[in-house]
Amino acid sequence: MLLEVKGLQAGYGQIHVLHGLDFIVEEGGVTALLGANGAGKTTTLRAICGMIRTEGDITLRGERITGRATEDIARRGLAHVPDGRGTFMELSVEENFRLGAYVRSDGEVRSDFERMFEWFPRLKQRWRQQAGTLSGGEQQMLAIARALLLRPKLLLLDEPSFGLAPLIVQEIFGIMRRIRDESGVGILLVEQNANLALELADRAYLLETGRIVVSGPAAEIREDESIRRSYLGY
Amino acid sequence: MDGFAHQIIAGIATGGIYASVALALVMIYQATHHVNFAQGEMATLSTFIAWSMVEAGIPYWLAFLGTVVVSFIIGVLVERLLMRPVQNAPVLTHVGVFIGLLLIVGNMTGWIFGYTTKVFPSPFASSGPLMGGLVSAHELGSTAVTLVVLILVFLFFRYTSLGLAMRAAAYNPRSARLVGIRVGWMLALGWGLAAAIGAVAGMMVAPVVFLDPTMMTGILLYAFAGALIGGIDNPLGAVIGGFAVGVLENLAGAYVVGTELKLTVALAIIIGVLVVRPSGLLGRVVTSRV
Repeated sequence: MLLEVKGLQAGYGQIHVLHGLDFIVEEGGVTALLGANGAGKTTTLRAICGMIRTEGDITLRGERITGRATEDIARRGLAHVPDGRGTFMELSVEENFRLGAYVRSDGEVRSDFERMFEWFPRLKQRWRQQAGTLSGGEQQMLAIARALLLRPKLLLLDEPSFGLAPLIVQEIFGIMRRIRDESGVGILLVEQNANLALELADRAYLLETGRIVVSGPAAEIREDESIRRSYLGY
Repeated sequence: MDGFAHQIIAGIATGGIYASVALALVMIYQATHHVNFAQGEMATLSTFIAWSMVEAGIPYWLAFLGTVVVSFIIGVLVERLLMRPVQNAPVLTHVGVFIGLLLIVGNMTGWIFGYTTKVFPSPFASSGPLMGGLVSAHELGSTAVTLVVLILVFLFFRYTSLGLAMRAAAYNPRSARLVGIRVGWMLALGWGLAAAIGAVAGMMVAPVVFLDPTMMTGILLYAFAGALIGGIDNPLGAVIGGFAVGVLENLAGAYVVGTELKLTVALAIIIGVLVVRPSGLLGRVVTSRV
């Protein structure tokens, strides 16, 4: 099991957002976490990577990571593309790449750079440019590349489609499909655009006000009209 | 005409000192968004440490190196022991801690080493004025040392991965943690580096202004003016600003206001910049949504 979450509770100050979540993410492949605004999707990702106070059990490949510092969790192979992307706007694309691989000491960083250029050719053209001057889509690509350069076991993606034009979203999901098939990294995807996410995912969880209300293979959820109508709104 | 040229060169020499201290201020400001008021006092303490090493018979450059290392460690310790516990506290708490640090370090220096003014040696043999009387050996030597330090700092931040990690931690701590950077330690390293740079500045200026516990008080003001001119969040700007203030101060002292009122120039610059262009010449304009 790549990631196992049991009885996850988390919140901000006095406000509890998550009321005991249980879910798993399998090795390789995409798990989608869906739900309306305020359901607790982003909070779940923040809890997993130690950005907020958390109770419960989170284990990454059998090792308990609950309560550890974010940087330690990252060093254990968990990469997170947060809302707001988590790139370094003031630094160049190249520097963002170097930072993505900051904790790695293996000699394959360079060849991983090349791999990123294959997936994100646009970033190669922007190599020396300051990240803050990239277009929204390019910034999202940079954020994903930055996270992948950690060579993570698990990649958390928080709404990669947010704020992007439909065509760009198509492009990014196309790239993500390639990453899913070619890299073997496990992905936990949070997405408002349920239709798009369910196309990419193998498995999905549906979150409503801090509780998981539906779980199952993505294909089944996509076919189930009553779930679609009551929770996904399409 | 020679007098004028000399004023400019002497201004560049002291400007280098201001530039170093300004850089130290900016390094901590970038990471914490606070100005370390105690930067000057910490540099004075470092200079006294160097002085006691030299007095104990240690060769100058060995004492110089030893002081830089000790100052670095002191800087790291100050961050770990004093700043870390208040890192999430409001601005006023930080100001309080900085002022406390200033008073404690300043008075501790006087208490340990005494308040009498001391002569601090210059490592640059004073073989009389050089270049036809335009510049003294110490001015030339200290400017060279300052430039070497500034270039080393630049190379460190630009080309090493630790330097890059420190910049990343300063710009965006949240993202830095996500790539596995230990942000707390980067802050401590920044304090160490700032203290080490301040120490070099102290050792270079002490032969000129003589060594006493309040030696850096005025210099900190000039450095602050320099940092503000360049933009308090821009290291390169701070360095340029420091040199500019050195030259301006010297020219104003020699031709306009006289030496008595030189410090007023620094204060006028500080207020002028804050009123006219708070972000400095090279600083970023930060807008925040409310």
